[in-house]
Amino acid sequence: MLTITQALYDQIVAHAREDHPDEACGVVAGPVVAGRPERFIPMLNAARSPTFYEFDSQDLLKLYRELDDRDEEPVIIYHSHTATEAHPSRTDISYANEPGAHYVLVSTADTDGLGDFQFRSFRIVEGEVTEEEVKVVEAY
Amino acid sequence: MAIEVRIPTILRQYTDGQKAVEGSGDTLAELFTDLETRHTGIQARIVDEGKLRRFVNVYLNDEDVRFLNNIDTKLSDGDTVTILPAVAGGMH
Repeated sequence: MLTITQALYDQIVAHAREDHPDEACGVVAGPVVAGRPERFIPMLNAARSPTFYEFDSQDLLKLYRELDDRDEEPVIIYHSHTATEAHPSRTDISYANEPGAHYVLVSTADTDGLGDFQFRSFRIVEGEVTEEEVKVVEAY
Repeated sequence: MAIEVRIPTILRQYTDGQKAVEGSGDTLAELFTDLETRHTGIQARIVDEGKLRRFVNVYLNDEDVRFLNNIDTKLSDGDTVTILPAVAGGMH
């Protein structure tokens, strides 16, 4: 199960809305071991594409250095799908390299009347996708 | 010649959980061949048919080696090499 504050949930949704029709992406970092999402870090989609996202390589290095220095890990890795449901695609699964992370997908397909707005969370471990419940709380 | 190699979480299964290991080589290609002798399986996760895999980023100190000389990038004693899988995906 993913437990997330309303404030972080809103920040992820706002980022996805803002970048629509391109895919938005980012991380919510948290202290190692506790595994609680705390620090919202929106990333630039270097692909600037409605069908693909990729963190810029220089930003990625900076991000991981910073997480390391602060004893944090990427608790949530989020991105948006802009015309399809919020479920990991084949591409998402093959590039999922953080077995400890919650992969949050947001669908902004409702913007263009192509589907419902969705906010869903998954674990992706060795190609195996498991959806998990999302619990939104006021505070931890 | 000692090069520090920083290993991402997903590849620590090849390094007994270590976050950084030492290796040697005049180029990145040689470094990964050297790592393979002690960390069997790691090379294939980074290199495919003699080239860096598209969705694995390798940095020499602070520089993405795609802007240097890719897998033929020259290394010097004391360099740090960081390996980070791309964070990427998409609709299809």
